[in-house]
Amino acid sequence: MSVGLYIHVPFCLRKCLYCDFTSYPRQEEQVQLYLQSLTAEMVLYGDRLDARHKSIKTIFVGGGTPTCLRPEYLAGILEQVGKVFSIEQGAEITTEANPGTVNLPALKELRAVGFNRLSLGVQSTHRELLRLIGRIHTFSEARQAVTEARIAGFENINLDLIFGLPTQTAAQWRQSLHEIMALQPEHISCYGLQLEENTPLTKAVEQGQLKPCPEEEELAMYQMARQLLGENGYQHYEISNFAQAGYQCRHNLLYWQNQAYLGLGPAAHSYLNQSRWGNVEGIEEYASLVKQGQRPVAEKTTLTIKEQMEETVFLGLRMLEGVNVESFQQRFGKSLQEIFGKQVSSLTAKGLLEQSFGHLKLTEKALPLANQVFAEFV
Amino acid sequence: MATPQHRIRNFCIIAHIDHGKSTLADRILEHTGALSQREMTEQFLDKMDLERERGITIKLQAVRLFHKAADGEEYQLNLIDTPGHVDFTYEVSRSLAACEGALLVVDSSQGIEAQTLANVYLALENDLEIIPVINKIDLPSAEPDRVKQEVEDVIGLDTSEAVLASAKTGLGINEILEQVVTKIPPPKGEATAPLQALIFDSHFDAYRGVIAYIRVVQGTLKPGMRIRMMATQKEFEVTEVGVFNPRMTFIDELNTGEVGFVTASMKNVQDVRVGDTITTAQNPALAPLPGYRQVTPMVFCGLYPVDTVDYEDLRDSLDKLKLNDASLIYEPETSDALGFGFRCGFLGLLHMEIIQERLEREYGINLITTAPSVVYRVTTTKGETLEIDNPSNLPPVNNIEKIEEPFVKATVMVPKDFVGTVMELCQGKRGIYSNMEYMGVNRVMLTYDIPLSEIIYDFFDQLKSRTKGYASLDYEMNGYRESDLVKLDILLNGEVLDALSCIVHRERAYTRGRGLCEKLRSLIPRQMFEIPIQATIGNKIIARETVKAMRKDVLAKCYGGDISRKRKLLEKQKEGKKRMKQVGNVEIPQEAFMAVLSIEE
Repeated sequence: MSVGLYIHVPFCLRKCLYCDFTSYPRQEEQVQLYLQSLTAEMVLYGDRLDARHKSIKTIFVGGGTPTCLRPEYLAGILEQVGKVFSIEQGAEITTEANPGTVNLPALKELRAVGFNRLSLGVQSTHRELLRLIGRIHTFSEARQAVTEARIAGFENINLDLIFGLPTQTAAQWRQSLHEIMALQPEHISCYGLQLEENTPLTKAVEQGQLKPCPEEEELAMYQMARQLLGENGYQHYEISNFAQAGYQCRHNLLYWQNQAYLGLGPAAHSYLNQSRWGNVEGIEEYASLVKQGQRPVAEKTTLTIKEQMEETVFLGLRMLEGVNVESFQQRFGKSLQEIFGKQVSSLTAKGLLEQSFGHLKLTEKALPLANQVFAEFV
Repeated sequence: MATPQHRIRNFCIIAHIDHGKSTLADRILEHTGALSQREMTEQFLDKMDLERERGITIKLQAVRLFHKAADGEEYQLNLIDTPGHVDFTYEVSRSLAACEGALLVVDSSQGIEAQTLANVYLALENDLEIIPVINKIDLPSAEPDRVKQEVEDVIGLDTSEAVLASAKTGLGINEILEQVVTKIPPPKGEATAPLQALIFDSHFDAYRGVIAYIRVVQGTLKPGMRIRMMATQKEFEVTEVGVFNPRMTFIDELNTGEVGFVTASMKNVQDVRVGDTITTAQNPALAPLPGYRQVTPMVFCGLYPVDTVDYEDLRDSLDKLKLNDASLIYEPETSDALGFGFRCGFLGLLHMEIIQERLEREYGINLITTAPSVVYRVTTTKGETLEIDNPSNLPPVNNIEKIEEPFVKATVMVPKDFVGTVMELCQGKRGIYSNMEYMGVNRVMLTYDIPLSEIIYDFFDQLKSRTKGYASLDYEMNGYRESDLVKLDILLNGEVLDALSCIVHRERAYTRGRGLCEKLRSLIPRQMFEIPIQATIGNKIIARETVKAMRKDVLAKCYGGDISRKRKLLEKQKEGKKRMKQVGNVEIPQEAFMAVLSIEE
């Protein structure tokens, strides 16, 4: 069975104020160390994995900001993947990109070496909001990036947006949605802002310098996105994701369907052979471990069957379609009803879950309260 | 080899919390060679973890030491440790009654505190010889002369020979022991008279049954004797007698004037009451020693398991704690909101907190504690008198002729700059002024009659914070008085939550009700539906708040496949839910049931 491949590029020109992903300032020495070690890590897995796990159906290069690396570096990474693994015909190959770090030649090169999906972090279309969250680009740069990506031949583009920002109004959000749709991306992600611990934005909120977006307001923005995008041909298929027909992100679907993926690079996460593990975060530590021929793993857990079942349900429920009851039965040899009957009936009685077309799914009402449902399954 | 009676000295240490009692006891043990320095775990006398953490002594201990005095003779010294908290005043008085002398330890920078004073008076009532010890003189802030003067002015003790000591460095320890020998009289009592032994503490040992700590006042106690408890009339056969030196050591007999322990297959601490007199069944003493009384709990609260399946465990744990604590009482009760639990009575707030903490910590029971209540005395229109320790049992207003509540005589000692503040606080707490007295130049002793319910509410915390920690408090029960009291009910989602009902003064009801609603709104997390919170008196709603419905609880992203992190977040969320009590549809955090104690007024 083939797997998904995630590659973490832990560099940014500047860290955004809300971000708690692992990323470091782009210093050439560090970049070189990272690239060498990444190659070494691939070789390590190349020696260890059996053939079926070396067959790759999706690749997702995320960060950080992959495109803060020179395009030939990203090309080199992809080339190396091709040497060690076998990339399936028609594989989805995505790179994330910051609109402030791409231009036409770079996009052409990325397209030419095999990237076929581009995920641009637009986040907002408002100058003051972009500034508030520490983005390095403007919306006109984002717009230009989309135009150039089309010229470069990208036929599958995602635009990321964030809502529920401090000071953001529903009117601003509506306008952003319209401006984004005008660019006609195939895929749109709308993430409700998450105030992560120890980020500058969170501190500003905690210290009272910024007022967090009220829950009611954020909920209204979410419903607005669902309605507007839905009316314009974007199917809401996961809590935060919308896509035109046939353009759902296949890599991310692997996560939600609880399928296998291998993560490479510092802080990347993997799920293979019923084990989950995360790599060490520091570049030096990462480099030194792979240099010694060791897997750069910080923590690893092997999941029990019960845990796999739980995760299959709470991840699957993220998809609007829900968990496929039949697939669950096939995968585990036991029915979802048998294992989780009690939770399902109590959550159904509360109007949070429903069954339709062979799937168990969140109700409309439960979508913004999904954690309340998920927590019942762990 | 028995020590002749004239070379026995029995003494205890009186000190305020933190004035260095335990450290001094440690030094004395070390100095007399009872413990080598290597053996010393710090503060040997405080055995329980909780005691050490809180820095206070709960269980009394008695240690036998030997001191070779300057006169060349070896003396037997029995050091009896006493608890230093107002909840345990009766136990203190009994251990004082087992002594002929006391060390009065006063911190050389803090001076005398209310609790110290109360215990000194207890000691004087028991005719104890008091040796002043000015402790912590190694501290830069020490003012031994001022403190000596204060002891003279306030207590009227001659301090010309007061020992200047530092328990920390060991300074003055030998001098203290010499004064114990020369100043404290040897025990009186006829060796040949019928046995009278005072029980000043007991504890339960899984192998030996109850171990009674005793002072033999007259006669002799040996294994094999048939003994009788004069108050309970229970009889037992003595298995062993012994002393702590400081380890448990068995000896052949305890003679007149000596302090030690006795075991006699006693299964129940209820039979071995503090203050009771042990005599022999064959040749009983004519009368018991004076001063025995049965202690009565002052503060009551409901204890409920968060998870109803823990009910049996809770009962077993209470049974076990009761083995060691005769003053703990409990009986089953049911609450509409909380299900099956126990109404428990305690000597005071500290006692209550200790029991709660032990149940949670040592027995691993997840508890809900309702706000503490005092015992109200209700006279019904039919002329019956009811004792109400649970507000939800208060009869309907129409059936009540009058309600009386317990008052205490509260003594507050405070630097004179804070007198105004303290008076304001006492009046705010419905206190009735009784006396004010200067103690030396700078400090004042204020006496008020205050409802006990106000004391257990937040009086002590308020007192400490308003006087920057300088005030000290002591109180004793001072009878019942009629008050204009009403029952305040709290409704959640339209249903009365009986566990949150409280009895308050009518003039306070409105602010208390509003405060309680606000507090609950801040404590109860948003849930999937709106939750109205109302405070009512009778049928009248006096305050209302609303916990808004939760609108949003979802993680937007999967963190690049980091499902473990997501799982942990969900597990934490679920764990949080488990610690909440489900009442009807509403999940209520444990601290909500104590909310009434933390309202700002």
